[in-house]
Amino acid sequence: MTFFKSLTGLALGAALFSTTAFAGEIVLNSNHSDPAPKKAMEDLIADFQAAHPGITVKWNNFDHEGYKSAIRNFLTADAPDVVAWFAGNRMEPFVTAGLFEDVTDVWDANGLNEQLKSAASAMTIDGKKWGVPYTYYQWGIYYRKDIFAEQGIEPPKTWAEFLAACEKLKAAGITPITIGTKALWPTGGWFDYLNLRVNGYEFHMELTAGKVPYTDPRVRATFEKWGELVNAGYFLESHAAIDWQDAIPQMVQGKAAMYLMGNFAVATMKDGGLTEDQIGFMQFPEITPGIPMAEDAPTDTFHIASGAKNKDDAKKFLAFVASPEAQAKMNATLGQLPVNNQAQKPEDVFLQQGFDMLSNAYALAQFYDRDANAEMAKAGMEAFQEFMVKPDRLDAILERLEKVRARVYN
Amino acid sequence: MFLIYVLVPIFQSIWISFHDWDGLGAKEWIGLQNYVELMDDDTFYVSLHNNVLWLVLYLLSIPAGLAVALFLNQTVTGIRLYKSLFFFPFVISQVVVGLMFTWFYAPNFGLFSQSIEWLTGTQVAVLADERYVTYAIIVAGLWPQTAYCMILYLTGLNNINTEQVEAARMDGAKGFKLLWYIILPQLAPATFIAMVVTVIGSLRSFDLVSIMTAGGPYGSSQVLSYFMYEQALSEYGFRMGYGAAIAVVLFLIMMVFISLFIVRMLSQERNA
Repeated sequence: MTFFKSLTGLALGAALFSTTAFAGEIVLNSNHSDPAPKKAMEDLIADFQAAHPGITVKWNNFDHEGYKSAIRNFLTADAPDVVAWFAGNRMEPFVTAGLFEDVTDVWDANGLNEQLKSAASAMTIDGKKWGVPYTYYQWGIYYRKDIFAEQGIEPPKTWAEFLAACEKLKAAGITPITIGTKALWPTGGWFDYLNLRVNGYEFHMELTAGKVPYTDPRVRATFEKWGELVNAGYFLESHAAIDWQDAIPQMVQGKAAMYLMGNFAVATMKDGGLTEDQIGFMQFPEITPGIPMAEDAPTDTFHIASGAKNKDDAKKFLAFVASPEAQAKMNATLGQLPVNNQAQKPEDVFLQQGFDMLSNAYALAQFYDRDANAEMAKAGMEAFQEFMVKPDRLDAILERLEKVRARVYN
Repeated sequence: MFLIYVLVPIFQSIWISFHDWDGLGAKEWIGLQNYVELMDDDTFYVSLHNNVLWLVLYLLSIPAGLAVALFLNQTVTGIRLYKSLFFFPFVISQVVVGLMFTWFYAPNFGLFSQSIEWLTGTQVAVLADERYVTYAIIVAGLWPQTAYCMILYLTGLNNINTEQVEAARMDGAKGFKLLWYIILPQLAPATFIAMVVTVIGSLRSFDLVSIMTAGGPYGSSQVLSYFMYEQALSEYGFRMGYGAAIAVVLFLIMMVFISLFIVRMLSQERNA
């Protein structure tokens, strides 16, 4: 009997859980499970509730990876009011399936078109805005300052200087570039930057949108630059067996000198024992002279579900998240950059360098796996990994990519 | 329960495999197109090839398990300790096995790559090399599977008819002959179960591939079950129809073996 009772209790609880939407309450689903993001969210929610005493936020926090499949279920089955997600093509399937709410009015009413300008294009599909960005971070080359000084290398600004630096490091018995490609995505960073520097932002966007064949000679030109590094053996050997974190000890031990990564790598480097004076940050060098420098800056966002029960209050929440004060405070905890250009500058030295670089960037790409369609991204990054191991297979690789592109974008 | 959680999903999967569906919008009927595409997909053939490798090499766990069982079926002091040591890999989760072997193979600090470097002077990162990667994963899989077969054989050995063994001894049978003509026939039921479990286990190999390589490098260690997961459910997938088509193919392959086993079982029962 007690068993039966507890069962009905469970069922009742589940029923209550799925219909939690009274006026004045918004349900927020997100993937802020790591310690820093969790703290940032707790503060954000507390501040929001203080600013809007009539509204309570019910927060369901999911684990980071599981969220990516969970969101598909809860958006279709039992939609919360606000969900966390990513900008660019990552949000496209939800927008075309009609699961995200158009929030152009939130942007217009709060002057966000001006304040969130750098991320505006990444939030726009069909001329409408589909969410609000709250954080991003820079990508670039992190290097060992002390090793560069020992070898007498200045941070390279051009491709020729970069190759010369690699050669010098290699001659000194140091792997010039460390990388771990087991999880595939670190390869995307290299492709993005090489393509952005060889062919420019517009071409890169056309390619990731599926409008240019992968057999195009300009794509080949990008791979040829990459091949200069691969064939010379400048990348860490057996990178296909290790994850991105496993590539960092190489740098900590002084066996490798450079790492193209997002700013989150700095924390891991410091955990490994490097001090702030040993780590340097530089912008990816210029390859084709005269092409304006665009950067990778993956952006995290909040959206309103189209099935939300309390859209008015959800819009208030989005407007709050977009405000300079909220973004400054949140990103100070996250250790990332506020998207709002009115927000206070971060104090961290690497973030300041990133802030300056991104503020002056010609344009921002999201990252290969967020700009390209998911299926294309998977095939693409697998191909990049194969190219880094077997550069002589370039023709077969490009043809295979073209086959996938033709299927995916039709 | 069986109906709801086993039979109905089988037919649902077959139904979905005729559709183009991303799990969000409406299903679109495309007939056999998923299968046509599958026939033209290089990864499918890589997976199929690897599945065959798994199937054949995984069977090694049966003689290996028998050897270990025979070795452990002695009355020596401390044999219980040895037994539990050999039993150990079967107790720990496949995920842990995968992680342990990943470290074992890891370049720079793994025991395996260290010994290879000591022997040959160069490092081989087996999990990053398309030539070795599948074999390396199968070796990891053989470890717990051998323990499993060993347990089956140990139980079998407990039920050996001692009178028969004695009689054979009197007739002068020893060593290999005794094993082949007297012991093995009595172990036939255990061998049969070991076959069934191993064949099916090899076809649904998933956890080790997922943990150790995620199908990489560049898809060269793919197997059908992981390929299906990746296409249908992973971060870059959500092609439910295509995933379902792969699942159906895997299901058909499994059906061939399962029917063979069932036919054999029925014929045995009839003879008995």
